[in-house]
Amino acid sequence: MRRASWFNITSLTLGFAFLYLPMVLLVIYSFNSSKLVTVWAGFSTKWYGELLQNDAFLNAALVTLKVAVVSSTLATVLGTMAAYILVRGGRFAGRTLFSGMIYAPLVMPEVITGLSLLLLFIGIGLDRGTLTIVLAHTTFSMCYVSVVVSSRLVTFDRSLEEAALDLGCSPFDAFRLVTLPIIAPAVISGWLLAFTLSLDDLVIASFTTGPSSTTLPIKIWSAVRLGVSPEINALSTIMIGIVTFGVIAASLISKRKAVKAQRDVRAAERAVT
Amino acid sequence: MSQPVFAPWDDPNEKPLIRFDDVTKRFGDFVAIDNLSLSIYESEFFALLGPSGCGKTTMMRMLAGFENPSAGKIELAGKNIAGVPPNKRAVNMMFQSYALFPHLSIWENIAFGLKRGDMTKADIAVRVEEMLKLTRLTKFAKRKPHQISGGQRQRVALARALAKAPKLLLLDEPLGALDKKLRQDTQFELMDIQESTGTTFVIVTHDQEEAMTVASRVAVMDEGQIIQVATPDRIYEAPNSVYVADFIGDVNIISGTVKAAGDEMYHLDWVANEAPLLAASDRTFSESQPAHLAIRPEKIAISVDKPTEMKNAVQGTVLDIAYLGNLSTYHVQLGGGQVIKAQTANTRRLSRRTITWEDSVWISWSATAGVLLER
Ligand SMILES: Nc1ncnc2c1ncn2[C@@H]1O[C@H](COP(=O)(O)OP(=O)(O)OP(=O)(O)O)[C@@H](O)[C@H]1O
Ligand SMILES: [Mg+2]
Repeated sequence: MRRASWFNITSLTLGFAFLYLPMVLLVIYSFNSSKLVTVWAGFSTKWYGELLQNDAFLNAALVTLKVAVVSSTLATVLGTMAAYILVRGGRFAGRTLFSGMIYAPLVMPEVITGLSLLLLFIGIGLDRGTLTIVLAHTTFSMCYVSVVVSSRLVTFDRSLEEAALDLGCSPFDAFRLVTLPIIAPAVISGWLLAFTLSLDDLVIASFTTGPSSTTLPIKIWSAVRLGVSPEINALSTIMIGIVTFGVIAASLISKRKAVKAQRDVRAAERAVT
Repeated sequence: MSQPVFAPWDDPNEKPLIRFDDVTKRFGDFVAIDNLSLSIYESEFFALLGPSGCGKTTMMRMLAGFENPSAGKIELAGKNIAGVPPNKRAVNMMFQSYALFPHLSIWENIAFGLKRGDMTKADIAVRVEEMLKLTRLTKFAKRKPHQISGGQRQRVALARALAKAPKLLLLDEPLGALDKKLRQDTQFELMDIQESTGTTFVIVTHDQEEAMTVASRVAVMDEGQIIQVATPDRIYEAPNSVYVADFIGDVNIISGTVKAAGDEMYHLDWVANEAPLLAASDRTFSESQPAHLAIRPEKIAISVDKPTEMKNAVQGTVLDIAYLGNLSTYHVQLGGGQVIKAQTANTRRLSRRTITWEDSVWISWSATAGVLLER
């Protein structure tokens, strides 16, 4: 291990402070017993209790999580596929057009994306609700996934895939057994990106939402217009908790997998001797 | 010493394992392989030799199934393999860059191809262990590719390609990344493995020494064409062109015009005020045809006094002496300005060497020492 210099320590501290100080403040104030958000009046968990009574908030949180999980998963699958075809598909008619088009939503103002989706859903007569939000979020976060994954794919050594084919893999197996495990970190960060984009999207969600499916950002936005309540702090703290738990769980799972793979090899070796 | 010689290419009844039949490969307008025909036989250790960009890798990739010929056909064991995808060919390739799977251990890398078949787990384990032993990698089975040395990685790539016991193993510059000592050791290892498994090897290299060491036959390529295919000693002793003679080892080329001088003998007029050179040749040349005499430096003797019994003797001055330990190479400038290299073995101690810089010397060679070439 290299020893950390004072420069490294300082930049690390500053960076993390910048990222997490607002959140820490939010978490702290969620335990504030005062109704005034900015005045500390002692520790209390009463806002959590009140939150549990507040069905509207809980419902919104549930809708948001559902939308985020489903849309980011869909976006990851579609985005990875798009990236793979665009990077690996060789030359085909309209390839340049496609790769340009897939990045267009990145620079498109959200209002326009939201509005056009709204028009589409009305046009095809789809009732607005959770499904339309999922579709909308998948559409706009897919290109982010595709950017992340394709930037990994262009640096990916093509001969690895060829070696897999040479050793008897079908093209799909080569992707599943060689390409995917190697680009997995990019795919996972693509998923996380899509998940967070969906989690905090306000504009597109408000265009495509229906009366039965209010997401948390919409709920908070409308609540905050009536004044910030400590309940919202409590709610946000819970969200932070869930995300943190998710990230830790994901890393633990991948670590367990690695350990298991090693155990398999050892078992196989023992079987021989 | 009556061991049967391995020479299936001389046997007209022998069926080749691989046959390139007028194969052409174009990339856009660029012709990478130009109307090439070639037969490779079972259990051969066949070397493709040639300068960078001459199409060696392209030939390998067509055999492995990553590229298809633009014209002509390639047969493997008598069957046209056009359109057979790489995963359905009994051919394995060891890649120029090794292409080891970074996320898998050495053990899993070697097992990778076996798992694609219908072998049982136990059989796979036995086979992997066998390959590990063959390539002396047993100790490293659990490591990942980035945790072993370059030479070990190269052996993993070999083990992985060999594990499926392919009919044909393609090796694309397998030893390029190794230092000279390790390279030589590995060459002998490769030969051992090739002999003990009986697999047909096709190896690409641009190191002519390597090709000569390992191969049963060598093909010298240039710009998508094969210039000569022959055993290493034939390639060295009887090149069919100046290109091949020059590509393999050191050679002196003397150009001139020929005159017949009796039974398979020719005189080469090479410079105005010197006697013509006498050379034997089983090729026939017409009168005054331009030709080139190729002579290896070690076939040329160097002496202070004019040799009496040699057919060809020319006088010159020593320009340079390269001392190579076991050998010395003399660069001798002739009257006409041409520099000829002559090589002698250093059997005496350095101090007793009699010829030094600026000395006037005679170089000489016999009529059969050189090869007379048309082009
Ligand atoms: N996919 C391709 N598209 C266009 N040209 C190509 C392609 N692959 C190879 N070539 C060209 O074909 C020629 C032969 O390439 P190849 O890779 O077979 O050379 P090589 O003999 O293996 O050279 P080296 O010794 O440098 O590896 C080169 O001029 C190369 O530029
Ligand atoms: Mg090459």
